[in-house]
Amino acid sequence: MSATAAASLAELWTAIGGPFALVSVPDVSIAAVTFDPEPAHVVGTGGAIGAVLRYGVYQRLSSDRFPWPTLLVNVVGSFAFALAMFAGATESVLQLLGTGLCGAFTTFSSFSVETVQSYERGDRLLAVGNAGANLGLALAGIGLAWIVVALGPV
Amino acid sequence: MGPARPNRRHRPPADGPCHYAAMAASQPHPLVRLETLALIAVGGFAGANLRYFAMGLLSDVQSVLLVNVIGSFALGFLVYESQYTGLVARKSRVVFTTGFLSSLTTYSTFAIQSALASAPLLLVAIVLGNYGLGFTGVLAGRELARRLGDPAAATTGGETA
Repeated sequence: MSATAAASLAELWTAIGGPFALVSVPDVSIAAVTFDPEPAHVVGTGGAIGAVLRYGVYQRLSSDRFPWPTLLVNVVGSFAFALAMFAGATESVLQLLGTGLCGAFTTFSSFSVETVQSYERGDRLLAVGNAGANLGLALAGIGLAWIVVALGPV
Repeated sequence: MGPARPNRRHRPPADGPCHYAAMAASQPHPLVRLETLALIAVGGFAGANLRYFAMGLLSDVQSVLLVNVIGSFALGFLVYESQYTGLVARKSRVVFTTGFLSSLTTYSTFAIQSALASAPLLLVAIVLGNYGLGFTGVLAGRELARRLGDPAAATTGGETA
């Protein structure tokens, strides 16, 4: 009777890891650290950082003549996103830095409203120049990112 | 028509202490600045997440086009709404547009899609689609704001800002 109870206790002891139960504790904590968080949280966190950074740029640079802040965030953000992508960042890093941070740091809504506003103000050349400069410089930034990754030690 | 009326909503409360009035006139309280930053961060979280959610439903090119057009329409409405009617308080507008709408829309993914387009025709379609429909969205948002602000403008029409 007591012998079977001891046997089942021993079985239980080995089932939960026996004397190595304590040793396996560090494994559990490592697993907790490398546990992948929800992609939505990763993208959202990057988005919050990107939005605050963009707000900081707009607070420092503002011009009545030309929408420099939007041009700056769009070109820098496109360059950074492309750099992370070409450098072979993992999926979750791309979600944080690319889709989240750079995606929120750059903006299309401000760009389109500013372009329409300057066109209707009569600055048609400025509107066309703004539309072309955003696209041209963003593509140039992506090309530069490709060159940096191709030539660099990354 | 003209630029937005400045500081109309920024009068300090009449019964407030004098130093508060002086402070509010020169620079916002640090806590007010912190609150603005926190609200922009929340808006950025929500905007980026909604864009990511759309990317799960549609193809990448379609979803970026969709969020850019919707965001341009909404920002066009809010910017012109501030000139025509001013129903939305200035601070709410800054937080919503800077935090949420500007994070919902994106230029970097659009630019990368253009750069990596597999065919020249696809490149043209992506650029023309985003630019054309985005600008159209702004104009449609302005039209809606104008009709809300002055119902008579819908019938008389014609006036350009």
